[in-house]
Order: sequence, then structure tokens, then C-alpha cells
Amino acid sequence: MRVADLLDFAWQVVRGSPGRTLLTVLAMGIGVAAVVMVTALGEGARLYVANQFGSLGTNLVIVLPGRSETAGAMPGVLVGKTSRDLTLEDALALKRSPAVRRLAPLIVGAGDIRSGARNREVPVLGTTAEMLDIRHMDMARGQFLPAGDPRHSQPVCVIGAKVASELFGQRPALGEWVRIGDRRFRVIGVMARQGESLGMNTDELVILPLAAAQALFNTEALFRVLVEAKSREQIADAKSDAEEIIRLRHEGERDVIVLTQDAVLATFDRILRALTLAVGSLAAISLAVAGILIMNVMLIAVTQRRREIGLLKALGATGRQIRLAFFTEAALLALGGAAAGLAVGELGRRIGIEMYPTIPFQAPWWALVAAPATAVITAVLFTVAPARRAAMLDPVQALSRR
Amino acid sequence: MIRLTGIMRTFVVGGEEVRALRAVNLEIARGEYLSIMGPSGSGKSTLLNIIGLLDRPNAGTYELDERNVTALTDDESARVRREKIGFVFQFFHLVPRLTAAQNIELPLVLASIEPAERKKRLARLLAEYGLEERANHRPDQLSGGQCQRVAIARAMSMGPTVILADEPTGNLDRHTGQEVLSVLERVHHSGGTVVIVTHDPEIGARAHRRLRVLDGAIVSDDRN
Repeated sequence: MRVADLLDFAWQVVRGSPGRTLLTVLAMGIGVAAVVMVTALGEGARLYVANQFGSLGTNLVIVLPGRSETAGAMPGVLVGKTSRDLTLEDALALKRSPAVRRLAPLIVGAGDIRSGARNREVPVLGTTAEMLDIRHMDMARGQFLPAGDPRHSQPVCVIGAKVASELFGQRPALGEWVRIGDRRFRVIGVMARQGESLGMNTDELVILPLAAAQALFNTEALFRVLVEAKSREQIADAKSDAEEIIRLRHEGERDVIVLTQDAVLATFDRILRALTLAVGSLAAISLAVAGILIMNVMLIAVTQRRREIGLLKALGATGRQIRLAFFTEAALLALGGAAAGLAVGELGRRIGIEMYPTIPFQAPWWALVAAPATAVITAVLFTVAPARRAAMLDPVQALSRR
Repeated sequence: MIRLTGIMRTFVVGGEEVRALRAVNLEIARGEYLSIMGPSGSGKSTLLNIIGLLDRPNAGTYELDERNVTALTDDESARVRREKIGFVFQFFHLVPRLTAAQNIELPLVLASIEPAERKKRLARLLAEYGLEERANHRPDQLSGGQCQRVAIARAMSMGPTVILADEPTGNLDRHTGQEVLSVLERVHHSGGTVVIVTHDPEIGARAHRRLRVLDGAIVSDDRN
């Protein structure tokens, strides 16, 4: 039998009983759609996290104050040693490492910003001029903090786009004076709209020179230091240098945590990939269930079509041809289901993107290949027994009944 | 052309052996028009099934066109059926979802004949059996006589050595039965070999050679 004829014959069968076909395609389709949507969700989460970390900057090493040692006084009770503050001097000392290109110390707090009668509470970030390049931030108007000795500061500030529009409306914000806490600052720049990244929305932010923020919050302690390594290869050096420099400055105590962006990202990446694979496999169980359904449908078909099978044998169909006819029919049903499932999965993905535009829902390529392939393979495998039964049918008996 | 020698066929029914055919010898020459008659259970259908390679004898040899086909594998006998044997059944056995033309074409499709050649043969068969206007009708839109004409056209599609008809008129009224019979006789007149199994004496009598089967043996063999 020619392949085209085999397909045509199976197509006639599939078309001949639309109800049966619809239900089988539905079962397969649900399975495939489940795999596609669930993996799209997992992969979307993974890409989301990757993007968030990526937007932090490139080749980043993050130094944060904290305890890296805990001592147990009694079983079940952990006593942490008090940590030393991370200071501006610590941060500046990091520049001695040859692997470090630039760095930006950070202080974070909240403050009231006032212009005329308008008043608003905003997150306040104290940092230096290099922050702009490290975090790949863009200016809408004006300029970022001036370069210079971070120990001294000018009374200037840079504000987020949303802060600007809320305080000044349509009026130009550049050159205006605002009051933050009990100090006055001149607005020298407005940030471009960037949206949220890793919980920090630059649109709602006010950025001050580090020394001004230290004075405002009355603290020397840095929130963290962002260090940019000279290249990807030097990230590890920058990290170990940072640990060593701080340790020496803190009298031998390892009381800071140094993270590399890559390490954090790789961990998230692994976790989310494993999660995607796990939930994808769970969804794939529904494909096996659909396979069993196809087996049932085919077993019923063999019983219903006894006469036809007997006739085909009388007309000279070999056992192989009969088996092939059943396999083709099962594969056709599975392919229909896979196509429907992929379509529904894509629809679900688009709805997901519509609802959560920040998460890049996208089924990974292996899921898009594996789901339909699994559908077809299970369908054919589960048809082995019914097809054998059909091929072994005794034509005399099959034909003798009405 | 067809030579059966010492054909035996026994079935086991409910633990008892039933001898459907006992040592049947039969030769059928090319171009013969032969009827097999006998009461139900006499073994006439079993004989037809063995000639049609749908069933296998327990003993004896069967030669078809000078070839011993007694011990062929299932697939080999399927091929021989496809090439040399055309079946016509009492209940027509048309595939209900296929049109008349598709039903007639079925053996050609199973034999992997090219679509162009198929189309040519199909057009000839439709014309020959007066089915041109019914070509795209499904069996449930055809009369009994038309169904059986489709079945005969299907049986003839591969140009078989022999047409085996098992009660071809058994499911038709008298008038239509006569009509179908004359179609089969036309096959015979154009040189085909036709074997009809029937228990209607009137139909059996029209054949040029008449076998009577009783209890698994041929008890008479008359020729005109």
C-alpha cells in the first residue's frame, strides 16, 4: 500500500466517526497543552529571574555586610556574632584589587521629598557617580551625580521619572530645589523610565550623593557595595580580592558576604530548570492517560470493524498492511491532538503574557518537540496490541457474522 | 487451473471433531461456470473458503495455476488472493464509509497500483457494470442490486483467475437476484471462471457444471 493511500484510508476512518475523533483529539490535546503551558510557565519564571539579574549589571560582584559565621551555644540555639559595619573606606579599599574596574557603594533608606506644597515619601538611594554605568541606567534629562571624592558631597539629587511627574507635573524639574528630610537639594537629573528590577523601581527613586545620604540617615554603614569586575574571567579574582581586602580591614573577621551575580543566577537557573522539568513530566502523565484512551478506542475499533478487517484480508491485505492501517489511524489521531494541544498551549501562553507582561512565558524547545513526539509515540505503542489483534483475525470468522 | 486432491478439513466444535470436508478431489478448468449446492452444514462454504485461500485444509494439496498453494504463509496467501481471487459475498461487505468507486478501487490500493493506472481501470469497471452515475454514492445510498454490482466490480478489479460467489443472491429479491446472476454470467461469457455457492436449485441449475455436496463429500458432478 502506498503511503498516500494509507494516509487517505486512515483519514477516511477518522473523518467517518467525528465524535470518536473529537474525543480522542481532545484527550491528546489536553495532555500536550498541559505540557506546553506548564513548561512555558517554568521557563518564563527562569527567564524572568535571568533578566532581573542581568539588568543589575554585567560582571557584578556584590559585597554585603552580614555574618558568615554562626556559633552554636546550645543545640538548637544559634548565636550570631555581631558584624562590623561595611564602611565607605572599606568600599574604596576594594579599588586596590586589579580585577576591579569600578564600584559603587550604596545606602538605602526612606525619606520625605517636598517641593512647594507637594510632599511624598520615597525610597532614597545614596551612591556615587559610577552607579550609572554599573547598573546600566539611563538619564531622561540632565545628568547623574557628579564624579569626585565620595566623602564630600554637593547638595544635588537625581529623581525618578515618576517622582518628577508627581512633584512637578508638566513643569521642568531640572534646576528646581527640593527638600529631603531637613536638607535642600537641587535636581540635576531625571532618570529614564525603566520599570522594576529585582524589587527596586528606579521610577520612584531619589538618588543622592553618598555623603549626603549618610548625613541624612545619620549612619556610616553601607547597605552594600556593587563591584564590577574588569571582565567575565576576572569575576572570581574580584570576589576573592574583595573577601581578602575586607578581611584584612576587619581584623581577620570574615564578616561580609560576597556574591557573584553568576553564582546566584546559576543557582536560580538550576532550580527553575529542574522545576520546569519536574512539572513538565507530571503533565506528561496525562499523555500516557491519553495513550491508554487511544488503546481503548482502537480495541473497540477492531471489534466494530471485524467484518471490514475480514474483507480487507479477503481482498488480499497482508497482516502488515492491516497493522499499518491501525498505526496510521492512531498516529493521525495523536497528531491531531498534538496540533490542537500546541495551538491551545500557544493561546494559553499569549493569555499569560497578556496578564503578566513582565514574565516572558515561553515553552522551551525540548518541550515543544517532546510533547507531540510523546503523544505520537504513546499512541502508536498503545496501538500495538489492538493492531496485532486485528492482523490475527481469522477472515472466515470475521466475515461470517453479519 | 484449480486442482484439489484429497482435501480434508475438520473443525473442533465443543470438544467434538466435525469433519467439514472429507477427501475432496476437484478440478476446475479455466472458463468454467460452476455451482456448488447442498444443505446448510454440508461443507460447501468450507470448500469455497479453501479454494479462496481464506481457510486451510488439514490434509491434501491445492494447486492454483500450477502452483502448490497448500502451505503458504498468511502473507503469501494474502498476495495470491489479491492477484488471483475475487470474492462476492451474500452480504456484499462493502466498506460503509467509502463511496462505490473507493470500494471498487480497494484491491488496487492494497496492491499499491499507481493512481493514474487505478483511475483508468476504475473508469472501465464503472462503465462495464453500469455504475458511473453511482460512483460517488455510499453503500447506504445504493440498492441491494447496485451494492452487489459494486462488489462484483471490486472482485473483478485485479483481473482474477476465479470469481468465488458465496450465496450472491441470498440477500436479494428474486428479480434483483436474476439481474446480479446475469452480471456474473457476463463475467463467465467474457472468459472468466465463476464458482457460485447456493442452496437455491433454480440458480444452481443455470451453471454449466453443478456439484452437490453432502456431509463433506461431493456426491454428484453434472455437466451440460
